[in-house]
Amino acid sequence: MSTSGNILEVRNVSKSFHDPVTVPVLKGVSLEVKPGEFVSITGKSGCGKSTLLYILSTMDTDYEGDLVIDGESTHGLDGSRLAEIRNEKIGFVFQFHYLLTEFSVLKNVMLPGLKLGRSSAAEVEARAIELLRDLDMQDHALKGANQLSGGQKQRVAIARALINDPAIIMGDEPTGNLDSKNSAVVFDIFRKIASEHKRSLLVVTHDNDFAGRTDRNILMDDGRVVG
Amino acid sequence: MRLLLSISITLLRAKLKQSIVAAVGVTFSIAMFVTLLGFMNGLNDLLDGLILNRTPHVRLYNELKASPEQPIESWYDQGVGTDFPPTHHFVRSVKPKDELPRLRNGSAIMKALENDPRVLAVSPRLVAQVFFNVGTVDLNGQVNGIDVMQEVRYYQFSDYLVQGDPKDLASGNNTIVLGKGLADMMEAGIGETVQVTTATGERSILRVVGIYQSGIADYDKVQCYANIKNVQKLMSRPSSYYTDINVKMHDLLQAPAAAKEFAGRFGVDALDIQTANAQFETGSDVRSIISYAVGIVLLIVAGFGIYNILNMMIYEKLDAIAILKATGFSGSDVRRIFLLLSMIIGICGGIAGLLFGFALQTLIDNVPFVTAALPTVTTFPIDYNPKYYIIAVTFALLTTWVSGWFPARKASKVDPVEIIRGK
Repeated sequence: MSTSGNILEVRNVSKSFHDPVTVPVLKGVSLEVKPGEFVSITGKSGCGKSTLLYILSTMDTDYEGDLVIDGESTHGLDGSRLAEIRNEKIGFVFQFHYLLTEFSVLKNVMLPGLKLGRSSAAEVEARAIELLRDLDMQDHALKGANQLSGGQKQRVAIARALINDPAIIMGDEPTGNLDSKNSAVVFDIFRKIASEHKRSLLVVTHDNDFAGRTDRNILMDDGRVVG
Repeated sequence: MRLLLSISITLLRAKLKQSIVAAVGVTFSIAMFVTLLGFMNGLNDLLDGLILNRTPHVRLYNELKASPEQPIESWYDQGVGTDFPPTHHFVRSVKPKDELPRLRNGSAIMKALENDPRVLAVSPRLVAQVFFNVGTVDLNGQVNGIDVMQEVRYYQFSDYLVQGDPKDLASGNNTIVLGKGLADMMEAGIGETVQVTTATGERSILRVVGIYQSGIADYDKVQCYANIKNVQKLMSRPSSYYTDINVKMHDLLQAPAAAKEFAGRFGVDALDIQTANAQFETGSDVRSIISYAVGIVLLIVAGFGIYNILNMMIYEKLDAIAILKATGFSGSDVRRIFLLLSMIIGICGGIAGLLFGFALQTLIDNVPFVTAALPTVTTFPIDYNPKYYIIAVTFALLTTWVSGWFPARKASKVDPVEIIRGK
């Protein structure tokens, strides 16, 4: 934990794309996320919200400014340390589910836990089954990942994001590809994670209805935070 | 590492067909490599053995030579005949000396050699020119007087004895082993007698106790073997009369140096095996080089197969690589996953290749191969030396590692953001 108590702090982050001409996408963005806070980021297409999310996720390292995750500055860390941070402290939910189709649902959920290696394979498996039960997916544990519907896949992805008890969960349009019923289910799960498990959430979305029901909405326009 | 291994295996099973095709490439090349080398070296050993087994590493003998120094030369060189200009001398009056072809002081040389730590075995020989009297015809022959048991032990004499027992030759009086061609010409079988006349005119009757076949027809038409004591008796020579001393060294490679040394020390001629049989070494080497080259080319081709399949797999698995990276697997983890995948293909294909290669070798080993030239050979020769298996496996692992490394590195450099956002 940092002294300020924030899970995530972004200070004055700027980024430009250089191909084919230099175009600034982020112009000095600063924000923070507190423990247990459910934050959404909205804005028009091309305002830089997804770019910002991938910088926050540590996968994109080509930017200026500073990013502090759970009290640790990511500035100048090497690729394998950043991978460890992603593994331990960040959970991801993407728009297109991104499960590994070669593995069973259960194995998909377990993989980040096995990679972390904090507990034994049996313990990771027990925790994965518990998470799947919480999300009402326990009956599908041994199915292949491509035998599920879109909403089911997204629930598996959420279970995977939670397996290592991360400090923060990030979502990139997690409901963008779902119908309204499944969107509502996913939102309820997120809400529960924030209120019951005291996890922070940071979700990029197009859905104003979804954004309106989060604790705090950050509105972006043209590479800047505007509200 | 176990986690990475299990991920590799899962990815492999998802692409089982392509993986098997890649592994079969390795299997095929390893099997061919092992078979080819085993067969080639079996043949090499056979052909080399034909000569080298029977050839002493160093042979000491006395050669009839033209007198090295003619009187006119010594006279001129001593500066006496300064009125002769330095021209070619036609006057060569001194002929080769009339001396016995025996080794002078043979017993002492034998004793000295036996005490030499580099020497494995010393055996004397007495080679005598004889005529076999068959009816009205005299056939030319050469009787080799040998120490029979020594020859059996160090020169595989009994391997070439197609009929008869070497013990009969060692113990019997007036016994002889005839070359196959010679025996056929005289129509002499075991137990029959032949009449022999030596170059000096002595005659005796010898009993045939064996037939010898070296595989070289000209040789078998002339060469015979007898106990050295009998030959000394036949020629009325004392028991220290040898024409040759054959030396077998502990280390074959020391032969040239030793030959030079013995020649100087004992004042005799000495011929080492490398000089006498240089063509065999060359032939074997060239055959080995060709087999290695073919085998290694096969392995490299198999390596390209693995490279292609891994590259394809990586393009198909970009999503999976991105998600692994997003959930905390580092670039080097991803590289290891694909490298392991390649090594699994290489190891499975390699082991199958060794088994398959062994099966092929066994098959060739059982194919009949009968030739009059090689009395001891009934099937194609195979050298089952484990060395070739070890080389094959080492090369297989090396090529799969190299051909896996480039695609694996590519996979490790995949940018997950590009894949995830690109959707």
